[in-house]
Amino acid sequence: MAAQSGSLPRYIVQRLLLLIPMVWLTLTLVFLLMRVAPGDPVTASVGGRLPPQALEARREALGLNEPLIKQYWDYLSGVLQGDLGKTITDNTPITEIIKDNGGATLELTVAAMLFALVIGLPLGLLAGRYRDTAADGGIRLFGIVSYAAPIFFIGILFQLLFLNVFPGWPLLGQSTPITEFTVPTHTHILLLDSIIAGDGSATVDVLKHLMLPAITLGLLICGILIRLTRVNVLQTLQADYVEAARARGIPERKVVTAHAFRNALVPVITIIGLLVALLLGGAVLTEQTFAWPGLGSQLITYIEQRDYAAVQGIITLFAIVVVVISILIDIINALIDPRVRY
Amino acid sequence: MATFKGILAPFRETTGFARWMLLIGLVIVVFFVVLAVGADWIAPYGFAQQSANGVDFKKAAPPGPGHLMGTDRLFFDVWSRVVYGARTALEVIILAVSVSLVIGLVLGLISGYVGGWIDRVLVLIMDVLYAFPGLLLAIVFGFLLAEKIGAGVISAAGAITVIYIPQYFRVVRSSTISAKESTYVEAARALGAPGRTVVGRYLFGNVIHSVPVIGTLNAADALLTLAALGFLGLGIQPTDGAEWGFDLSRALEDVSSGIWWTGLWPGLAIVLLVTGLTLVGEGLNETINPVLRKRRLRKITVEETQK
Repeated sequence: MAAQSGSLPRYIVQRLLLLIPMVWLTLTLVFLLMRVAPGDPVTASVGGRLPPQALEARREALGLNEPLIKQYWDYLSGVLQGDLGKTITDNTPITEIIKDNGGATLELTVAAMLFALVIGLPLGLLAGRYRDTAADGGIRLFGIVSYAAPIFFIGILFQLLFLNVFPGWPLLGQSTPITEFTVPTHTHILLLDSIIAGDGSATVDVLKHLMLPAITLGLLICGILIRLTRVNVLQTLQADYVEAARARGIPERKVVTAHAFRNALVPVITIIGLLVALLLGGAVLTEQTFAWPGLGSQLITYIEQRDYAAVQGIITLFAIVVVVISILIDIINALIDPRVRY
Repeated sequence: MATFKGILAPFRETTGFARWMLLIGLVIVVFFVVLAVGADWIAPYGFAQQSANGVDFKKAAPPGPGHLMGTDRLFFDVWSRVVYGARTALEVIILAVSVSLVIGLVLGLISGYVGGWIDRVLVLIMDVLYAFPGLLLAIVFGFLLAEKIGAGVISAAGAITVIYIPQYFRVVRSSTISAKESTYVEAARALGAPGRTVVGRYLFGNVIHSVPVIGTLNAADALLTLAALGFLGLGIQPTDGAEWGFDLSRALEDVSSGIWWTGLWPGLAIVLLVTGLTLVGEGLNETINPVLRKRRLRKITVEETQK
């Protein structure tokens, strides 16, 4: 017993220590990728627009004249100090961009995750409970098709639908310009800011803008959640403890909800890391479709301008977020399920 | 003929949902293969054709005679681009999936069989690649490859390949490790079989079973990635080939003018083909995978068993 309780802190420390090589490797990968780029990044992005001296000065400022190993070291130590460098095109610190646009991406992804959980989990439970019925078939088909439809296609269909059925419903952006100007910035998350300001009409405006992008992005992971909970329910319904509960004469409804469903939901936690990775990738497409002013739109804008420094900075952030979350999920999982610790 | 029957045997044993998934999926996939192969005969015009018989196409004309699905704002015929899009999609999917399969298989076998520091290094690299959001990885690679060798089928397929290598690597490595410890491999080694034979005959044969399922499911995912790259302007350029994702990025700008036909058809093509591939993958999984498989009980007559 003592060994078991002692193993949890050890497991957590082990996982946290794993962060170091994971983050280091990820950063190295991002750095190497960006250096494979042909020629000189400064010429590639602002070549025709600045005189040669200015280009040289930009190169010097970005440290591109240093030997590769020095650049690598500067990049790593910069990231550790929370400095992701500056863009080539407009010389803005990447951290500034993350502060200004990260809130929009956070708002979108959290709303999408909530939508997917609220829709996906109950549907998965239902499909598993009533296996091989028409409802099961329908729900599974919904899961497959919602994953098969590209985000931007669903987005376009929603836009066409709302344009015709609810003319005047906001289709693009995070809010109307008035809301953006009147709500004071505290958290950089517009929804929270509007609630803090106590501005009811602004909150409604933000929510109306949020609805379609959040549903569109949420559908991406809805199918995965359905599939997972369905399989879990099938397994728990056949488990010995469910059989034992039935044998004790507990009513079937209670057996299903209290014993089978609850245990079927636990493994969902293990895939949250994967879902976050999917959501971040999907956010790029969703933001592009709905002109959402988040980090994904920024990434695409800088890619179009061939701004390697900006792309490197934003990708670094995404990579770190995913690695950190996946390790956190491992730890949470160990807290819930003692078997993981061994 | 006997071997053909052998291949079909698991299918004849399927029942209900699995059989329907497999059948419907196959019909859809075959439909798109026909479109892709016969595009030159099926499509009324070329994918970048803006006039016929000296008459220019109308800009963004609604569906009607002459243009079954209308034209877009680049004067292209939408139906022709949908048909040729199948060709581009299949080219990229086949290239991406087979290349990542080969690389992942070889690395996985080496990693699992040799072990040691090679294994540890490969696992770490693959873990990092695997944890990275797939689409972002494809975006970065697509961007870099397009800069380096120009946008086209090869760079799009290359960007997609990177995402799936870790998946094959993981599956192949773990089943190699478990098979390595099994008695029949030990027996082969005890008989003096060289490493090459053990890997080639026993491990490879053991691992290859899981490939069709992952392969088809990856093909579905690869098509979505290709479309996403095209939508973001990092995929195939409109004059090099018809690509559904690119067409949808143009269609997004048409929404506010109430033009629906430029987006609907290429979008439906993606949904249909991805669904078809997914159904085949899932159906195969329930047919091949003994854990999920439900066998149909066949009537056996006495004569048959005595044969």
